[in-house]
This record gives sequence, structure tokens and C-alpha cells, in this order.
Amino acid sequence: MPVSMTNSKLIYEALKACDVKIMSALPETWLVHLIRLADDDPDTILVRIAKEEEAIGISAGAHLAGVNSALLMQNHGFLAAINPIVSLALLYKIPLLMLISYRGHMGEKDSWQTQGGLVTEPVLRALNIPIWHLTNAADIHRRIKDAQTLAIAALHPVAVLLSRELMWED
Amino acid sequence: MLRVDALQAIYSELEKHIVVTIMGAVAAELYTLGHRHNFFYLEHAMGLASSMGLGIALCMPEHKVIVIDGDGSLLMNLGTLSTMARYKPGNLLHIVFDNESLLSVGGFPTATATGTDLAAIARASGVPIVIEANDPQHLMEAVGTALHSAQLTTIVSKVEAIGPKSFHMDLPLLENRFQFKRSLEMMRQQSQV
Repeated sequence: MPVSMTNSKLIYEALKACDVKIMSALPETWLVHLIRLADDDPDTILVRIAKEEEAIGISAGAHLAGVNSALLMQNHGFLAAINPIVSLALLYKIPLLMLISYRGHMGEKDSWQTQGGLVTEPVLRALNIPIWHLTNAADIHRRIKDAQTLAIAALHPVAVLLSRELMWED
Repeated sequence: MLRVDALQAIYSELEKHIVVTIMGAVAAELYTLGHRHNFFYLEHAMGLASSMGLGIALCMPEHKVIVIDGDGSLLMNLGTLSTMARYKPGNLLHIVFDNESLLSVGGFPTATATGTDLAAIARASGVPIVIEANDPQHLMEAVGTALHSAQLTTIVSKVEAIGPKSFHMDLPLLENRFQFKRSLEMMRQQSQV
């Protein structure tokens, strides 16, 4: 499977450097290494959810309990979680660090991913959620740290879009 | 059983622990019985009170977390039962008041009115202890058992579809959010002393 182990590790290390203690995830191809890294790490609580809506509740609970969280999701998972993002995270000013695999964008061969790819950024913008694109390994550490910093300062969700260039080694 | 009588019966336990409730009648009734800074009323995002409770329980394993859910809310997020059961936090107690109705939006019947059995779903999802308690005495005992057992428990209590005259709570939701967070922070600090 040509998912980049090197870049998955860099992303995971960046999350650890942000003192992220709890991660929620629903398996998706580009996220497999990240999820395994979290699962193998005794210092990280990995919550494997049934649907991404739950992840918003889990992260809200973690924040109120004083613990940093991150959400690993596909963009279709983000789309599945819109209502709780609006009526829990935005309504209650909950910071969310959402790492979203950006399927259906340039280079996508799977036709079923393409509608989600087309609407991801417009929906994020409609929700007033700031977007960081991760396309270069050199940016990973700084951009994840800065995304978390803004989320916590603004008490607002932020989206880090994981690109094909970063995650997939063709 | 009236839900307000059920809440009254377990109030002395609720006030000692972290409580997350759903919106609507149960929030207004608990608030009226006596608000505490360790009570959080999730005034929207139906179905996610239990997910929030799970997040808190996993992050604060030394404290007990009580979620007060309802049939309408739980039916919107049945996956939460399988997720809670997967991690089984022993400090999490999930109480479901089942009035077979979406009471605060006109009283339309939910699927529990036509045979869906939430206790059976919880059991089949793998929740280790599931108790049905349909009167205040029974509920009080079940809550006591759950809090001492250190095992994830779901209690399903049938209640009448009767709510308070007013759903008004003199507590802006952001005030509740910030005071709740601060209250949890104090609980953490006290447990570290």
C-alpha cells in the first residue's frame, strides 16, 4: 500500500509535539499508518468511532476535561459530522484540530470520492473554518502546531487538509 | 415514573459527580432541582451527550461521569453504544430516560413506542452492565450499584412523557460551558493533591 509511512510518522510526531493525548479515528486508507501509530502508543488514547459525529462529542468532552485532542477523518467523515460541528463545536466554542484526508481532489482515480472532493473546501469556508493545506513534509510540524495554536486561541475548529502529494506515494 | 421524581431520587449522587445531559425537559428539570457547576446541559447536537461523556470519562479516569440521555437522542446515535462498549470506561454511567416520545418537539412517538428495546440494544452492543429501573427506588439502587461497580453501566428507565411547564433556564449556554470546564479543572486539581 503506497501510503507514505515517512510522512504519516512526521504527522504523528507533530501531534505528539502538540501534547495531543486523545485521538479519534475512523479507518480510511490514507490514515492507516497514523491510526496504527496511535494504537501502538501507550500514551495516546485512540477512540475508534462508528461515525464521525461521535468524534466531535469526544473532542468536546476532552477539551472540557482539559486534554488536547485531534480528529483523524476522511473528508467524507467531515461531511458526516457537519451538524455537531455547527451545533456543538461552533455553538459552544470548542477547539477542534481536524486532520482531514483530502480525497477526491487532483489525481483522484476513484470516481466515488470526487463529489466529496469538490465540496470539501466550499463547505469548510461556509462554516468559517480556517484551512491549512499540508502538501510538503517540511511544513508538517509547523503547520500542525500553528493550526492547534489558532484552534485553542480562537476556541474554534480548524482543518488541516492532508493532500495526496503528502500521503500517497505513486 | 415521572422523570422529575427519578432525578430527585438520584440528585444526591448527581451533585457529587460530573453530569452531562441532553437538551429539553431533562435539562430544565435538573436545572430547576438545583444547578451545579459540574452539570453540563448539551443544548443541541442531539445524540452526542454520551460521546461527550465518553470523552470526559477517558480523559478523567479518576472521576465518575454520569450521562443523562433520552430515547430520541440515543436513537440518533446508536453507534455510541458500540463505541462506549468498546472502551468500557468503568467511571462512566449512562442513564437513558425513555419516554417513548420526542416530547419537546410535539410529543411524536419514537421507535421505542413501537417495540425498539434500548436496553437490549445496549446489551447486544457489549455494554457490560445494563439495568432496567422503572421506579425511583429501583433507579436509586441501580445508580448506587453502577457507581460502586467500576464497570460501564447503562440504565434504561421508562418515564412518562410529561415535561416541565417551562423549558427556560437562566443560564446562557456559554456560561454553562466555561463554568463546567473550570469545575472539571478544579476537580482534577483536587484529585492531584
